Amino acid sequence: MAKELKLMKGNEAIARAMIASGTDGYFGYPITPQSEVMETLMAERPWDPKGENYTGMVVLQAESELASINMVYGGAATGKKVATSSSSPGISLMAEGLTYLAGAEIPCVIMNAMRGGPGLGTIQPAQSDYFQSTKGGGHGDYQLYVLAPSSVQEMYDFVFDAWDIAFKYRNPVLILTDGAIGQCMEKCYTRDNVPRWTEEERRANAPWGTWGKPATRGHNIITSLELESSRQEVFNQKLQAKYAEMKEKEVRYEALNCDDADYVFVAYGTSARICMKSMELARAKGLKVGLLRPITLYPFPTKQVAELATRVKGMLCVEMSAGQMIEDVKLAADCKIPIEHYGRFGGIIPTPEEVLEAMENKIIK
Amino acid sequence: MTEEIIIAGFGGQGVLSMGKILAYSGVMEDKEVLWMPSYGPEQRGGTANVTVIVSDERISSPIISKFDTAIVLNQQSLDKFEKSVKPGGMLIYDPNGITHEPTRRDINIYKIPATEKATEKGIAKVFNMIVLGGFLKLKPIVGSEFIHKGLEKSLPARHHALIPQNEEAIELGKTLIEPVFTL
Repeated sequence: MAKELKLMKGNEAIARAMIASGTDGYFGYPITPQSEVMETLMAERPWDPKGENYTGMVVLQAESELASINMVYGGAATGKKVATSSSSPGISLMAEGLTYLAGAEIPCVIMNAMRGGPGLGTIQPAQSDYFQSTKGGGHGDYQLYVLAPSSVQEMYDFVFDAWDIAFKYRNPVLILTDGAIGQCMEKCYTRDNVPRWTEEERRANAPWGTWGKPATRGHNIITSLELESSRQEVFNQKLQAKYAEMKEKEVRYEALNCDDADYVFVAYGTSARICMKSMELARAKGLKVGLLRPITLYPFPTKQVAELATRVKGMLCVEMSAGQMIEDVKLAADCKIPIEHYGRFGGIIPTPEEVLEAMENKIIK
Repeated sequence: MTEEIIIAGFGGQGVLSMGKILAYSGVMEDKEVLWMPSYGPEQRGGTANVTVIVSDERISSPIISKFDTAIVLNQQSLDKFEKSVKPGGMLIYDPNGITHEPTRRDINIYKIPATEKATEKGIAKVFNMIVLGGFLKLKPIVGSEFIHKGLEKSLPARHHALIPQNEEAIELGKTLIEPVFTL
C-alpha cells in the first residue's frame, strides 16, 4: 500500500491523492489558500501520456466557480469520478451546484479550504463554514458527507475514503479543511496509482449514469426536478433514509485521553491539533483533559458526545468561528453538563496556551 | 525528543528552505516533522518565518507560541521572537545589522556571523546552510548522513551538484557559532 514517504503540503496531498485514487477529472478555479491543488495537478500533468504520472485524468481551469461546479455535475452524471476544490467565497458561488448534485444524487468530491469570512473576508485559516457545510449552503433538505482532516496524511487518505463513500451512497462528499493544514508540510505516505475505471467498471459502479442506453433497460435520467409533489416526497424520504444509514454506519471520530478525562475539548481539523497541545499542557499540570475530534462533521458523532456527557464534568468546544459546531455538541449532550465555546475568528488562530486558559476559566473554574 | 524551532528573517534569506531541509532530514531519520510557514499577504523584501518541529512522537499543534530554539536573521525577527523562546531555551542570531542585542538572561544566546562570512567567501547562496550548521553544532537533532539525504530530497535533481557546497557551508557554520550568554 505504502508507495513512498514524502514531505508535502496538505494542498499538494489532496492533488496527489486525486491522481492516485483514479479520479477522472478535476475542474477548478484558483483561490487562496488552496491554489496549490491545481498548481500540483498542472505540474504533475496526469493527462500527458508522456508524463511520469499519466493516468488520463483531465485537469481544467474553468472560467469561474459556477462553471467548475457545473462541469463537475456534467462529468459526474456519467458516473466518472470528478472533483473540484475551492475556498469559502468560491464554495458560496458553488452552493447552487451543491444542492443540485445532492438532489440528483451525483457522487463527487469537493474540497473547501476555509478562510475567514463573511464576504471576501481574509485568506487566513478559519472554520466558519461549519453551518454552510453541514446545515445547507444550498437550499432543500440535503446533506453532504463532510470529512474534516487534521493532518497532511489525512488530507491524502480522505480523498480515497471520499470516493468510496460518494459512490456507496451516490452523494457528494466535502473535505472541509483550511489554509493551516493546506499550507503546512508533514510526512505523507503516498500510495500506488489506482488505475482509472475502465468503461466496463464505470458502467458496473455507476449503473445509474448517463453513459449511453443499452437496449436492455430504459433511459437513465439525471435530474433534481420533480413537479409532482407526491413523487418528490417519496424521493425526499429516500434521501433521508440514505442520510440515516450514513448516521448509523459512517460516523468517524478520534478520542484521545477520554477514558479517564474529567473535561474534554471537542474540536476538529486545525483546532483539534491546537487542542492536542493544550491537552498535553493540561496533563502536565495534572488536569485530566481529553479530546474528542469529530472526523465526520456530517454525520456528527452524536452518540460519542452523548456518552461522554454522562461521565465528564464539562466540555469546551474550540472552533475558529463564533461558535457553530457547539450547537451539535449541545444537542448531543442534551444539557447534561456545562458546555462552552472558545473561538477566534477572521483568520486568527488561537494558541494552545490561550485555549487551555479558556478551558480553565470557562469549564474547570 | 521534541524540538520546536522558529526560523525568521527577510524574504530571500532562505529561511523557508532552511526549514524545509531540516524537516526533510528529520523525515529521513524517521522522525515526525512539521513545517509551517507564516502565511498571509506577504510581499517581496518583507519578513518570512517558518515553524519547524522535529519529534519522536506525533506532533500536536502546528501553531505554537513558545519555542525551544529561535533562529533570527534580522533585527525585526530578533525583536519579535526573543520573547518567544522558552526559559532555558536557545536563541541564535546573525549579528549583521543588529543594533539592539538580545537582553534576556534566562536563555542561552549564540551568534553566528554567517552574512559576513558568506559575503567574504562569495558564497551568499548557501548563507542559510551556514546558519543551519551553527544550529546543528549546538543541537544535533538529526545526524549528518540524514542531512545529506534531506538535501537530496529537498533540492531538485538539477541542483544536486551543489550538495557538497551546501554541506561545506554546514561544516563552516559549525566552526563559526559562538556563545554570547549561556546559563
